[in-house]
Amino acid sequence: MDESNTLIQPVSERDHAAGPADAPLTLVEYGDYQCPYCGAAYPVVKRLQNKLGRKLRFVFRNFPVTQAHPYALIAAETAEAAALQGKFWEMHDLLYEEQTHLKPDIIPLWAKRIGLDLAKFANDIKQDVVTNRIREDRQSGIRSGINGTPTFYINGMRYDGPPDYNALLEALESELVPQRR
Amino acid sequence: MTTKPNKAVITERSREMRSNTRNDEEHTMTALKPGIRAPDFALPAAPGQKISLSDFRGVPVVLVFYPADWSPVCSDQLTLYNELKPEFSEFKAQVIGVSVDGVWCHLAFSKNRNLQMPLLADFEPKGAVARKYGVYREKDGQSERALFVIDAQGIIRWSYVSPVGTNPGADGILKALESMAGTG
Repeated sequence: MDESNTLIQPVSERDHAAGPADAPLTLVEYGDYQCPYCGAAYPVVKRLQNKLGRKLRFVFRNFPVTQAHPYALIAAETAEAAALQGKFWEMHDLLYEEQTHLKPDIIPLWAKRIGLDLAKFANDIKQDVVTNRIREDRQSGIRSGINGTPTFYINGMRYDGPPDYNALLEALESELVPQRR
Repeated sequence: MTTKPNKAVITERSREMRSNTRNDEEHTMTALKPGIRAPDFALPAAPGQKISLSDFRGVPVVLVFYPADWSPVCSDQLTLYNELKPEFSEFKAQVIGVSVDGVWCHLAFSKNRNLQMPLLADFEPKGAVARKYGVYREKDGQSERALFVIDAQGIIRWSYVSPVGTNPGADGILKALESMAGTG
């Protein structure tokens, strides 16, 4: 294969991960908070998490398509700033659940809604640690051969199937090694 | 109303799939290979304006053949390459898109996705440039998803035909540009 379709940067402590570190299945999503296809993938991922329980570790990494989505970057910065207060998933979920309302003015309201320290949030969102994180995600995504948003990786291999629940579930379950008793 | 497809339809569909796979393999073989001089061409980039490949002699060119504008994903291949303009600019590389769509279609699509690269209309004669590069799908009347990285002297240094339905991403292009920069 002349081109990459494997995850170049393995999942590690720097990642936002939901699920056990030793789960047999790791699903990584490179996503954009303003992308409607990522918005559609959000409930699909939730269903997969419900279905697979502790067998699944889900990881979200940023790939804001800034040229096409004017608010994608501010949304990514918002989630990463929330992460600095330990509330990444709360903000990630809120951003997708309220995606149709996303605009810069509403961000402070959402920060308040999930109980962030607003002064710290306003300061953190401008920090290098946030910008660098997003840039790192972007670079690792490019090198891993992301081909749109969302791009999913199942146990380190890019998933090229349809982003619907059944197709993803089938692809994930096919990775499960039969359990030995 | 749903009816089970009958045997004839199933047979026809599997024949089509095998044919598509054969086509893919054929085009992987017919696409122009590295080492060959990239054929020059002149295509409309906008109503009343033509662009030639030779206009870009002196910088690397990433030639992106793609089937059609308006694919139903917001971050399709061209949107992705558009997003990666800073990365391509590091190599002074110019990205050019080519499909059989006409200039007005390109104009609307480009505006919609805020695309910064020229989109060329391989419209008349239909697919003539795609044919020159060995990447025209006669059956569909569209070009393959094919990438050509051409160096500043006009020689193809890397080419890749993506399987139908798969967006190849940008990593192969960047690797090719890096290796070209490495050898000067």
